[in-house]
Amino acid sequence: MKITQISIFLENRKGRLYDVCSLLGQNDINIRALTIAETESFGVLRIVVDKSDQAIRLLRDNHFVANFTEVVAIEVPDQPGGLASILKIFADNDVNIEYMYGFVEKFSDKALLVMRFEDTDFAQQILAKHNIHVVAEKDIQGL
Amino acid sequence: MDTPFWNREIETAERSRIEQIQLQRLKTIVGWALRTPFYRKRLTQVGINAPQDIRRLQDLQRIPYTTKDDLRLNFPKGLLAVDMKEVLRIHSSSGTTGIPTVIYFARDDVDNWTDLLARSITGTGAVPGDVFQNMMTYGMFTGGLGLHYGAERVGMTVIPIGGGNTKRQIQTMKDFQTTVVHVTPSYLLHIHSRLGEDGIGRPDLALRKAFIGAEPHSENTRRKLEELLQIEAYNSYGLSELNGPGVAFECVCQKDMHVWEDAYIAEVINPHTGAVLKEGEEGELVLTNLVRRATPMLRYRTRDLAFLYPQGCDCGRTHRRLSRILGRTDDMLIINGVNVFPSQIEEKIMRIPEVATNYQIHVDKNGALDRLTVKVEIYPKLFLGEVAKLEALKQKIVDELRASIVISPLVELHEPGALPVSEGKAKRVVDDRPKD
Repeated sequence: MKITQISIFLENRKGRLYDVCSLLGQNDINIRALTIAETESFGVLRIVVDKSDQAIRLLRDNHFVANFTEVVAIEVPDQPGGLASILKIFADNDVNIEYMYGFVEKFSDKALLVMRFEDTDFAQQILAKHNIHVVAEKDIQGL
Repeated sequence: MDTPFWNREIETAERSRIEQIQLQRLKTIVGWALRTPFYRKRLTQVGINAPQDIRRLQDLQRIPYTTKDDLRLNFPKGLLAVDMKEVLRIHSSSGTTGIPTVIYFARDDVDNWTDLLARSITGTGAVPGDVFQNMMTYGMFTGGLGLHYGAERVGMTVIPIGGGNTKRQIQTMKDFQTTVVHVTPSYLLHIHSRLGEDGIGRPDLALRKAFIGAEPHSENTRRKLEELLQIEAYNSYGLSELNGPGVAFECVCQKDMHVWEDAYIAEVINPHTGAVLKEGEEGELVLTNLVRRATPMLRYRTRDLAFLYPQGCDCGRTHRRLSRILGRTDDMLIINGVNVFPSQIEEKIMRIPEVATNYQIHVDKNGALDRLTVKVEIYPKLFLGEVAKLEALKQKIVDELRASIVISPLVELHEPGALPVSEGKAKRVVDDRPKD
């Protein structure tokens, strides 16, 4: 099951990240997971929020360059080797991960990771086959 | 003062003799020009149908000016006066758009040009046996090959190293005990800043002279280079349309550059009205090439602002001197010796769909060298969230620009609305290089 990530292009300018976060905050949108891909001259902020449709409208209305990206949120046993056991399944099945990052908080005893796959559909098949729990969009909204 | 000559008779000829040569050569070159589609039309329109229609030097003023735009519109062969089988070499320079300016040289054209450079080099006191490291870019630009051939003709030992790779330049200067370099002033400053890095300092070098050209510089910059490196630096002027270097060069007196008036007719005009100005008045330099027949060039508007000195020089040469270049009448940028028109950059980036309509060209200094940064806004609908695609876009812009302007700019991606908006004359070009 896919969830929606919002990717936001940020030029290298002081306060730009603050601008995004304060805009979302003022509009009662909660960031559940976040990472920044940075390069020398710009960054791409990736966030998972509780109200993604509203968030992207808001961002675009305020002239941010933002778009949706499909990602998968996966529950990972919060113990030594937990992530490795899942990565082994991916490696054995030729599933390529483009990037991944963690949720701010858990909502079970497991850790929650956002993963972006080269081929999301294929990755989901493999996840289902190995009974790895993925989190649904509505679960994120209810967080 | 010791004043060396390459061709004393010509270099010290009486004014009347120079003008006699000019008139005779002008007739000849008009004859060649009439063989080109472009000039045949231009010249017959003003009643010049044959070389004999030029009776006096003043008849030059009947000929309309030639501009870079004319060269662009007549690309590639509208100004070619000889059969392609006679063309020995093709050079080019930046056009205001993607179309470059092309110049054809026949064998005798290269020979004449080389002779002017041998004359220029000799005038600085460089001699056979000097080791000449040519740090100018080779290739289709005229700076590299022009001086190369001139130095060989003088009998110097030529090291055709070309531009860039500072470590190798310094090592080569040491290995072969280079005595003369041809270089842009900014690159020579850069080389100075890197001396000592690999254990090679000034005492390890035998450098005594530098020919500095391809970018405008002040007297202060020249003196600074001379003091820092304990050398003599000589200013050089030329442009591809008129052959390249060797149009005007400083002699040992270092009091601005002798225009070789047996090979060129220099005029200074009011850039707005086109009126010819008097000696000593500052305006746009207009040049006629009297010694190149494959691509005749009559009254070419250089867009360079300068003035001509009325009288001679302590060296004894009678050819009038040209001032330093004081500015441009257009928006051409000179970046590390390479001519770049903002319109060339605009033309390229506007063809890239991921780029929005706003852009800015920024020039500053990174140490001694010029740095060009092209800032563009991305087109929001084409942003899919992938960093790799943005990096690829940046690289694509760099590649496209390098193909057009030869140098690699830095490219910055910006959010829409981040750059100043185009309102009539938007400030598209910001030049933060210090003026000295």
